[in-house]
This record gives sequence, structure tokens and C-alpha cells, in this order.
Amino acid sequence: MALERLFRRRRAQGEARDIPELWVKCPKCDAQIYKKDLETNLHVCPKCGHHLRLPASKRIEMLADANTFEQMTGLKPADPLGFVDTEPYPKRLERYQKEAGRPDAIVGGRCTIGGVPSVLLVMDYAFAGGSMGSVVGEEITRGIERAAEENRAVVIVSVSGGARMQEAALSLMQMAKTTLALDRLWARRLPYVSILTDPTTGGVTASFAALADVILAEPGALIGFAGPRVIKQTIRQDLPEGFQRSEFLLKHGMVDQVVDRRQLKETVAQVLKLLHPRTVNHAG
Amino acid sequence: MPLEFEKPIEELEAKIAELEGFAASSGVDLSGELQVLRERLAQLKSETFDNLSRWERVQLARAPGRPTTLDVIGGIMTDFVELSGDRTFGEDAAVVGGLARLEGTSVVVVGHQKGRDTKENIKRNFAMPHPEGYRKAMRLMDLADRFSRPFVAFIDTPGAYPGISAEERGQAWVIAQSIQRMARLRVPAIAVILGEGGSGGALAIGVGNRVLILENAWYSVISPESCAAILWRDAKEAAKAAEALKLSAPDLLSLGIVDKIIPEPGGGAHRNPSATLANIKQALLASLAELSHLGPEELFEDRYRRFRGLGHYQS
Repeated sequence: MALERLFRRRRAQGEARDIPELWVKCPKCDAQIYKKDLETNLHVCPKCGHHLRLPASKRIEMLADANTFEQMTGLKPADPLGFVDTEPYPKRLERYQKEAGRPDAIVGGRCTIGGVPSVLLVMDYAFAGGSMGSVVGEEITRGIERAAEENRAVVIVSVSGGARMQEAALSLMQMAKTTLALDRLWARRLPYVSILTDPTTGGVTASFAALADVILAEPGALIGFAGPRVIKQTIRQDLPEGFQRSEFLLKHGMVDQVVDRRQLKETVAQVLKLLHPRTVNHAG
Repeated sequence: MPLEFEKPIEELEAKIAELEGFAASSGVDLSGELQVLRERLAQLKSETFDNLSRWERVQLARAPGRPTTLDVIGGIMTDFVELSGDRTFGEDAAVVGGLARLEGTSVVVVGHQKGRDTKENIKRNFAMPHPEGYRKAMRLMDLADRFSRPFVAFIDTPGAYPGISAEERGQAWVIAQSIQRMARLRVPAIAVILGEGGSGGALAIGVGNRVLILENAWYSVISPESCAAILWRDAKEAAKAAEALKLSAPDLLSLGIVDKIIPEPGGGAHRNPSATLANIKQALLASLAELSHLGPEELFEDRYRRFRGLGHYQS
């Protein structure tokens, strides 16, 4: 979606008419990829396997069983602090809303995944870098609570720069709120799979995203608490190759598997089927 | 060293002391002049401290001489037995904790620990914990549950340590786990923000049934300097960021993020630590008394409700 918009804008300016519409350059290997090919390949570079960012709507399409997704989210952000930096927060919100085409950085709803009744919540990087303020925290909390009430599994796809500064301490409190909600799920023995995508940092990693029964990461995703820039400033050293990438986290025991996006749905469905109480164990 | 906005007060205080000394040694009667100066001092103090900006409060929260966790434990509790280590990796001096008695009640206590001087600050990593610090805190939470002892947490950290070692050992994971562990306590849990409440590193031990804050302490999702560096692209705009973040105790009270403000003596906690400690003790005892009638499950539900309600949005 972001790419499409970019191209539309360019076309309006009368620049580069045909080529950018059809071709996308892989940021990793510089290969020119036919855009349709990239889309059918779930935004994974067919040449080098680099995982480009997948729009939230495509993510839902990819994970939810066909025609089962029923959206539950739709809360709108407020400006509780009257936050103004170089521009007022409501102004920024308006722009983000226009760019992302949704009220805040999350979309989610009921669906089945591999036939297992689930609540699927997907963060949207296109909205303020997927930052978590009151709306994201509340939607995740409601999604988890709803799943507990309706005996559904929970799958959350995280992509976030962390907690949203413009809601300050209220954003911080969303870490506690979402974490507390998970206890409702645990009480009902319902499975929760957390999928970490590029990038997942700060208050999102340090709350619900790290507390799943099963944690999967997409290849090469930046995942951590502090961002690499902050760490570099603090320690005044260069960071080691591959630091805070999915494979680094796997090596350090923080995630269960690094899963190629093209196998992700199958892996998630398998986990949910193995853990969801509706799928009763039987001999043979 | 006085803070910038304390300087005129210190200068006037020094002048008064000088005149007092001169009057005493020379026998000259300066009582009239001194009276005028003392009135001016009182006026100057109230002008300064009744109208502190948020950024000035942040500076008070960081002032040298402000009571640290160990000062508070030593000042208001008895029989402190410090407990060390996370039983997994190591000992983190940025987090201290153990067993203690508060007016006859045996409690489990934990807190971020700043150093009193540069040498100690290096040892304490400026109160920026590594994962093992939070694992130590969780171990103490286990202890509180197992022996049904109230859990008291003192918050005073610029933030969890942002470094390679901390990331390798799962900083985000332990913060999440510590939030979850504290939320699950079946005993009364009280968090007191003493100075700096820096983001997730503070919240990790901040999931109390009651969250109290000292009058000039701050608590937010990011430090004013880091916020300014990102949003204004200049860390020197920290004063503006502090205003925008609404990180002061009165702000947080009105947002429902803290339940009570613990008053500081005139000029800030570092001007009169013993009066500060007395106020902390009184507030802690009052909060524990409020929670004394709740059973284990009620305490858990009370905490759930408290945090469940936080957030502002439109439906």
C-alpha cells in the first residue's frame, strides 16, 4: 500500500511513468523484482529471500483462513496530554490516519487459522511506525479478553518502534495493561502465538510480544528492547554484525523459531492445532 | 553543587549567614537588615518552589543527596537483610532488595539503586539494571508470595540499561516477565517512585496495587533528553520535552497513573532527607492499611482493575 501510494504520487508529478509501477528494487540484493511477483511471493524477494515489510491488510489475508476474518478494531486515538512538539499530536494523527487508512496502528478481529477459532491482531507500521499508545494497548487488551471469553486462540503480529511518546506515561501503562490481560487467556488454557517482524522494539517487545506460549520471528527482523542507535550512543562502539536480528535472538534463546514468511501460516496453524483445547487428543 | 534555579537562594542564604556571623562577632545590631533579607529569602523560595517547571522538577529528581532506595530502607525500615543474585547469571548492583521490617510488619523490599558518588554510580551502573537485576526482583516477588509478605518497590532509574550485554540476555523479555510476575502477586504490592521513573525499566517493578510518587519525581515512557533528541532532533530541548510529556507528579495524579503524591520538604527531598523519609513511611503505612482487608485473589483483581482502566481513546 505504501509503495502504491508512493507511485501514485510520482505519477501525479509526471515522473517515471511505467517502470516504478511494475518493478520494485530489493533493498538487500538490489534485484529488480516484478511487482506482481513480489506480491504473490508475500513481499519476500524471490532472488535473495529478504523479507520486505508486509502491509497489515496483506498480513491478515495471509494468516486468516479465507473469508473468515471479521474485524473488531476501530477505536480512535485521543490527545490526553495536549502534546505538542514541532507540531501538535492531533495534526500528526490526522496525517498518519490518511497515510495508513485506519484510525491507529492496529487492526484485528476474529477468524479461524487452520480451522482454529482465533483472534488475530496485526500492528501497522504505516501508522506512526507501529507505535503503541492507548488505542493499540486497548485493542490488544480487548482482543485478548474477547478470545478468553470465546475460547479462541490469540495470534499477534508485532511491528513497532515501541511505545508512543505523544501519550507518554499512558503509553507506558499499555505495557502493563496488555500483559495483565494475558492472564485471562492463561486461565482458560488458550494458546497465544507472538510473531515478531521487522522491527519490533521497545515497549512492545518488553510486554505482550515477549510473553507468548510460542514466539516466532521472521528472518532478519530487528528485534530488541533498546534501538541500535540508542545502544551505539550509550556504549560508543560499533555493534556486532547481525546484532538484534532474529537469528541472533534465536541463538540467545529468546525466540522459538525463525520462520520464513512463506511457511508462517502453516507453522502458526500447526501450533494452534496442537495447543488449542478444542482439538482433543486422540489415540492413533 | 546547587542546581541552576537554586543558586539565587543559596547566594542569599550565604549572605544572611555572613551577616549573622558578622553581627555575632562584632556585636553590631543588624537585626533589621537581617529581617528584611530573611523575608526576601522566604519570598524567593516560594517564588521558586511553588512554581517549579517540569524540567526543574526533573533536576530535583536527579539532585545529588536525594534519598536513594538504600537510604529509604535504612531510614524507615529495620532488620534489613539484603539478598543478592538472580540464581541464573549474576548479581546486579543496580537493583537492591531483601527482607525488612516496617513498623512491625515483615516485608519484602526491592528498588533501583543509584550511587551517592561517581565511584558508587559506576558500581551501580547509574541504577540502570541488566536482566539479572530484574530476575533478582522477580525472585524477591516469589519470596513475598511464598511467605505472604507485602511487597514494596522503590523506583529510581533513568531506564533499563541499553547495551549489548543486556540485549543478549533478553532485556525486553525480563522486563515483560517482571511486569507479569508483579501483576500476579497475591500479596499487597506498593510501588513508590522516589526520583526517576524511566520507562519500562521503571514499570518492571511498578505494577503495584498503589503507586505513590514523591512530589518532584518524574515517570514517563522516555527521558526528556531522549524525547527531545527524537522529536526536536536536539537533546538540548529537554525542557520543552519535559513540559510536553506531562511527567510530573501532579500530571500523573490527574491521569490516574499514580494514586498519591508524597510531599517533599521545601526545596526538595535532598534539602531535608529525614523529613522526606518520614513522609514516605507515613504514606507507605497508610497504603498498606488500605489494602489490609483484601484477600490474595482480591489483591490480584484490584491490581488488574487498576491497570485495566488506564488509557484515553475515543470509541
